[in-house]
Amino acid sequence: MRSPLALAATVLASALVLAGCSSAGTTADGGDSADATVSIGSLYEPQNLSNTQGGGQGVTEAFNGNVYEGLYKLTDDGEVEPLLADSAETSDDGLTYTIALRDDVTFHSGKQLTSSDVASSIEAVTAEDSQSARKSAFEVISGIETPDDQTVVFTLSEPSISFLYNLSYVWIVNGEAEELTTSEDGTGPYTLGEWKQGSTLTLDRWDDYWGDPAANAEVVFTYFTDATAQNNALLTGEIDVITSVQSPDALAQFEGDDAYTVSEGTSTTKELLAFNDRVAPFDDPLVRKAISSAIDTEKLLSSIWGDYGTLIGSMVPPTDPWYEDLTDVNPYDVDLAREQLAEAGYPDGFTFTLDTPSYDPHPAVAELLQSQLAAVGITVEINTISADEWYTKVFQDRDFEATLQEHVNDRDVVWYGNPDFYWGYDNADVQQWVSEAEQAQTTDEQTELLKKVNEQIAEDAASVWLYLYPQIVVASSGLTGYPVNGLNSQFFAYDIVKS
Amino acid sequence: MLVYLLRRLGFLLVSLVVAMSVIFVLLRLLPGDPANALLSVDATPEQIAAARAQAGSDQPLAQQFLTWAGQVARFDLGESYISTLPVAPEIASRLVVTIPLTLLSFALALVLALLAGITAAVRADRWYGSLLSGFSQLGIAVPVFWVGIILVWVFALGLGVLPSGGFPRADWAEPADALRSLTLPVVTIALVMSASLARYVRTATLDVLGSDYLRTARAGGSGLGEALLRHGLRNGAVPVVAVLGIELSTTLLGAVVVESVFTLPGLGSMLLTAIEQHDFANIQGVLVVSTLFVLLVGFLADVVQRIVDPRLRTSVSGNR
Repeated sequence: MRSPLALAATVLASALVLAGCSSAGTTADGGDSADATVSIGSLYEPQNLSNTQGGGQGVTEAFNGNVYEGLYKLTDDGEVEPLLADSAETSDDGLTYTIALRDDVTFHSGKQLTSSDVASSIEAVTAEDSQSARKSAFEVISGIETPDDQTVVFTLSEPSISFLYNLSYVWIVNGEAEELTTSEDGTGPYTLGEWKQGSTLTLDRWDDYWGDPAANAEVVFTYFTDATAQNNALLTGEIDVITSVQSPDALAQFEGDDAYTVSEGTSTTKELLAFNDRVAPFDDPLVRKAISSAIDTEKLLSSIWGDYGTLIGSMVPPTDPWYEDLTDVNPYDVDLAREQLAEAGYPDGFTFTLDTPSYDPHPAVAELLQSQLAAVGITVEINTISADEWYTKVFQDRDFEATLQEHVNDRDVVWYGNPDFYWGYDNADVQQWVSEAEQAQTTDEQTELLKKVNEQIAEDAASVWLYLYPQIVVASSGLTGYPVNGLNSQFFAYDIVKS
Repeated sequence: MLVYLLRRLGFLLVSLVVAMSVIFVLLRLLPGDPANALLSVDATPEQIAAARAQAGSDQPLAQQFLTWAGQVARFDLGESYISTLPVAPEIASRLVVTIPLTLLSFALALVLALLAGITAAVRADRWYGSLLSGFSQLGIAVPVFWVGIILVWVFALGLGVLPSGGFPRADWAEPADALRSLTLPVVTIALVMSASLARYVRTATLDVLGSDYLRTARAGGSGLGEALLRHGLRNGAVPVVAVLGIELSTTLLGAVVVESVFTLPGLGSMLLTAIEQHDFANIQGVLVVSTLFVLLVGFLADVVQRIVDPRLRTSVSGNR
């Protein structure tokens, strides 16, 4: 009898050859770039399609500015610009904002944008059952009036200098639309094509868009759970760009290759070692300062990110207006750390439990911290928990000593003004400055006050701000017009040109 | 036989109910709360309460279970807590990937295992016979995702003949594209699966080779191949069918891992995402459907065994 092995080999080989032949027809993507389909690889699939029902950062990435638009927009450079707002007037006391809407805007359903849609969109964010991360920012609104179809008047209970900035996070949704967790009705340059859960989300260019039409015909977000699979898809041409590379290991294969562009922008994501400032020994600023000084953040950053990323000495990333370099406030100095520990009453160190989310990069960071803190006599017991458990144990129950977490938003230093926040930092001066900053008359005044906040929390070592994540976008070199900074996980797709 | 079938089906139903209860209770023992997936880091107590109400995790356990069991009895698997999409159609859309993946992998594994197992037994004295035995030992030890990574490296990144992952947006509208996407995952599962299967085939073949009836057949003038086909296959099949049932179920589990390596939108990746998000409705839905699959396969394997081997049928009749 003829060898079955040979037969098996022949069958396999022919299958592969056949498969190889059929590939030639499917990769061709000729034609005008305006008709191009742009494939975007992302690790953040939306959980649902609403940003007031906890859709997560994925829905922001895919929809913000693409499908839905706000009255204002936060540009990739961190500037706030009018979008659906035509003009705005502020009363002298800073308590009344009168905003005129553009009159040429329609929703994807064909309905004209009116002031009542704006009112209902804001109300959806502030509603009792809203899961919006921005809900608390709008508590200051005491009334919304719509004197005519094109005008919205906001009345505030106290001045809020961030008001227009905060409006940039609110999607204006057709007030009559339903099923917003699975469908959409926005005013953006794209409509939702198809959402195949676990796989892809497609956006189609909308021909009746009020502004400049999108530079491409279709955008496909392809979702990955595994970064290696995502990189492979870019290498084999199945996707055109990766919105945000989460591990530097794979970058070498793109950096040396002309077929790809690696760009490093600025992110707003900070890696924090957050203490529970309510419990001993972390209620003593000296202990927190000692830990800050015992950690070689430079070495930590290069271990995790190689040559990428930025060191920050406070909660503030360089794109926030009140950034200043505070990396020297608690310098890396092991001798200083030992002195401070002795002064605080812990000459032989102590032991604490570090609750570590189970996903990258936290476990690796935890181990590096463990070995560095051992050098000053502090024993770190690593307790790895799921993201979900973190939320219950650390965030809600405050049942922790110290924890690792990444905080993604810009302008979030103000959380140190809330003594009820999970880390429990409690400083009356800081609380007052944060509150005064929000009610400031000018941005200069606001900036001045928030700089004082930065300096104080750094001086108190309220947390250890380990590093700022790099924002790395890798694209095939034929692609242009994509955002490189991607603040707050937004990813405007409408300027992307594929040649 | 009819009484046997009915009794066996009754057993299947009871198993399913028991499995559902275990799934339900075990999930509730996990720390955390499904509402958490909906929340951000500055959520207020009111937002937390609202999210819990939306996720249904504020209800008493018994009530949650009864609601769910009632739904399942009406062939309704409920709605995802997170996406609010109905679970059953979502599972159906995932099965479009997972069922072909499982069956194709299983079929290929079976072909490979039969070829390798029989060759290894019949040609145990040749170098390739021992080589095949060695390979199957290796195949059993190698993790399935590792085989996947190697295949991607060679055929997608190296030779560029196959995609490294994903599934066509149009599903099976272009069958050739869909098959291309499934080629590497199928080969991955089949290689690993055939390794363990080949050992059973080899053992079964060796048993048959040493049997009296085969010696008789060969003495009657049949060649080895012909004797094996005519007499050996049927006799060797009984133990193999039992194993096949188990292996088919295992193939489904292998698909779970492989789907994530190849970014396939199947049942496995749905389960992983659901677990990550603590989406009880989705986790329960996937587990019920896959439990049902495993139970049905076991049932079919039993029935097929009885058809292949009349002796088993007699023993059942005897019991009656």
